[in-house]
Amino acid sequence: MSRDANPSMRTGAQIMCEALIREGVSVMFGIPGGCIMPFYHAMYEYRSSLRHVLCRHEQGAGHAAEGYARATGQVGVCIGTSGPGATNLITPIADAWMDGTPLVAITGQVPSSLLGTDAFQETDITGITVPITKHNFLVSDPRELTRVFREAFHIARTGRPGPVLIDITKDAQLARLVPDWDVAMDLPGYHPASRKSAVLPTAIAEAVRLLQEAERPLILAGNGVIQGAATNELRALAEQTGIPVVTTLQGLGAMPHDHPLTLGMPGMHGWVHVNKAIQLCDVLLNVGTRFDDRVTGKASTFAPHAKVIHIDIDAAEIGKLVHTDVGIVSDCKPVLEAIASAMLAGSTATRTTTRTAWCDSIAAMRDKHQPRQAYARRERTAPLMPHDVFDAMNAAFRHRQDWRVVTDVGQHQMWAAQLLDWSRPRTHITSGGAGTMGFSLPAAMGAAIADPERTMWVVVGDGGFQMTACELATIAQEGLTNVKVAVINNGYPGMVRQWQQLFEGRRYSGTPLTGPDFAKLADAHGIRGMTVDSADDAPAAIAAAWAHDGCVVIDFRVEREANVFPMVPAGRAIGEMLVAE
Amino acid sequence: MSQHTLIAMLQDRPGVLHRTVTLLRRRGFNIASLAVGRSEVPGISRMTLVVDASDATQVVSQLDRLVEVIGVTDVTTEDSVQRETALAKIVAPPSRLAQLVDIVVEKGARVLHVGDDEMIVEITDTPERVEHFISFIRPEGLTELMRTGRLAMMRGRTPTRLEAPAHYRDQADGAPHEEVAA
Repeated sequence: MSRDANPSMRTGAQIMCEALIREGVSVMFGIPGGCIMPFYHAMYEYRSSLRHVLCRHEQGAGHAAEGYARATGQVGVCIGTSGPGATNLITPIADAWMDGTPLVAITGQVPSSLLGTDAFQETDITGITVPITKHNFLVSDPRELTRVFREAFHIARTGRPGPVLIDITKDAQLARLVPDWDVAMDLPGYHPASRKSAVLPTAIAEAVRLLQEAERPLILAGNGVIQGAATNELRALAEQTGIPVVTTLQGLGAMPHDHPLTLGMPGMHGWVHVNKAIQLCDVLLNVGTRFDDRVTGKASTFAPHAKVIHIDIDAAEIGKLVHTDVGIVSDCKPVLEAIASAMLAGSTATRTTTRTAWCDSIAAMRDKHQPRQAYARRERTAPLMPHDVFDAMNAAFRHRQDWRVVTDVGQHQMWAAQLLDWSRPRTHITSGGAGTMGFSLPAAMGAAIADPERTMWVVVGDGGFQMTACELATIAQEGLTNVKVAVINNGYPGMVRQWQQLFEGRRYSGTPLTGPDFAKLADAHGIRGMTVDSADDAPAAIAAAWAHDGCVVIDFRVEREANVFPMVPAGRAIGEMLVAE
Repeated sequence: MSQHTLIAMLQDRPGVLHRTVTLLRRRGFNIASLAVGRSEVPGISRMTLVVDASDATQVVSQLDRLVEVIGVTDVTTEDSVQRETALAKIVAPPSRLAQLVDIVVEKGARVLHVGDDEMIVEITDTPERVEHFISFIRPEGLTELMRTGRLAMMRGRTPTRLEAPAHYRDQADGAPHEEVAA
């Protein structure tokens, strides 16, 4: 009797496909290779429910999965083979680790009989990724597959989301067995946030007391608000209490840009009035952000007068970098609700006068320093300045909801954060913590597949674009029409050049960068390319790109030595800002 | 910088020690000693970890983030007993060796082996007394030393289980179980 007589019999690879479908996965980004081939063989049977996007480099596959996750909040999935396929995934895994992006990376591994022998394309990827994953698994026993996939997705999407890697030996993929789908998870040590909920009532009472007594309170909102889908609760608390809100890079979109209580972004390239407000505030309510050094500057000098309340889903973040008076380990949504209702119950009237004075003083600082005008006032040294591009984008975006912006890393990223009008969550997707150049194009590709109704505007420098530009071929092959690329081309890795100019006497060591003609590069992929070198042409180019039924690359040839201001030099207090050339 | 003594319970899985040590290294915590072995609960190991740190809060919360760490607690200021075992080889002339046998026994050590001109002794005591004993035998011909690192256990009826889940606890209460491979 054939072993296939049992209709429940599956290969390990088939079990992997069915496990992914059970976890709600419909799209995966990857590249096949020797040790992952059985999985690809099985995938073909399931192709109507599992779409595979063949990327050009595993790094692109990983960032695409991140973009998919960042646009939807769902777990992104990327695939690579053993050895170099797996090591090429390390950068996106590290990126997802830093930004709390739910990601499951699946890698093939050499047959278990060869493990540890330095076999062809063998790399200890579970060992390598220990410090940059929430958890990882090496599966050589196919009976573990059903449990491991459940655990991996559970870990990736709960608590502070993050990357999980599953490394599966080739023999486990080829083995035949009857899967046990009822197997329970075995995670006795995994207790995201909920375990600490016992401390909540007293901590909330203390937080409420501090906020009620505060004369100069401030809310610092970050990625936790976006990931926790708590933007309504944040806005409600701000409006109810009159407390102004600062949003970190990853928190942009948590509050509408034109809301009277929205101040803007703090930190190394934050606005002057925002950093000054932080340095003056007496109570700082941190909602879901981890006091990254790009926000705090020199941490010991950060918010020196403030009692700090920190809501974070990750207990290890409380008190890690900044002294915290009240730490609340939780998803931020219920805490914001609890604080709001407790403050409604208490008397908040007493502080209204001082609150108004506080908001007025911030408004006065904002009027004095006029954040965005600093760029407009800058001497026009080229027909196209970077801010001209962002002005044109704002004009194009203003009356539309059908867009997201995916930025890369560097000057253009900071300009986009400062100058674009962010109003909705998950419209701003960027590599924050890891600062991964090359993130934007593949991430936008993943987001475009997740959300075909919206247009993904990639804002990328010429340096970062060339790191992963090979994914234009993937975009072309997949026929993605909703990716539009704006290359802010200044012929340098501009942020490095800016530091060299400001702090190293203009010694442009290793920075002058000659790229190809990006319009022709696009054309070679069957993608429409445009070149724009004057401010007058920018709006029409953006409109034409949007109207075009296909991917477009616009090469914006901007002033080569424009800088991002304000700027806090690395390691200094955020009050110490350089504000102009 | 002071030392902190932590007790942790870990799932007995391949790589769990690697994860623990990698985390401590990367976060910049110096390990003074580490002792780990199977606990009374099948599938779960108990570890005593001594770190050089003025504040162990971050060590505890970072370790607690590891999926396979079931729980971790700082027992530095808790009511606990602490012990360390050391094996020491002393090489000395036969005449002195005979005298040393009596002396080390008087100091609380056990003599495990006596050869013509060398012996192996074992001492199990508080870390401070072990240290003191080692400084005594060092000039007497100490040639080889092997220490376990600190072991700690809290006083009181309740075992330090650190929230091991029910199905692990049930097995610990005498139910038959399969041995879990290390």
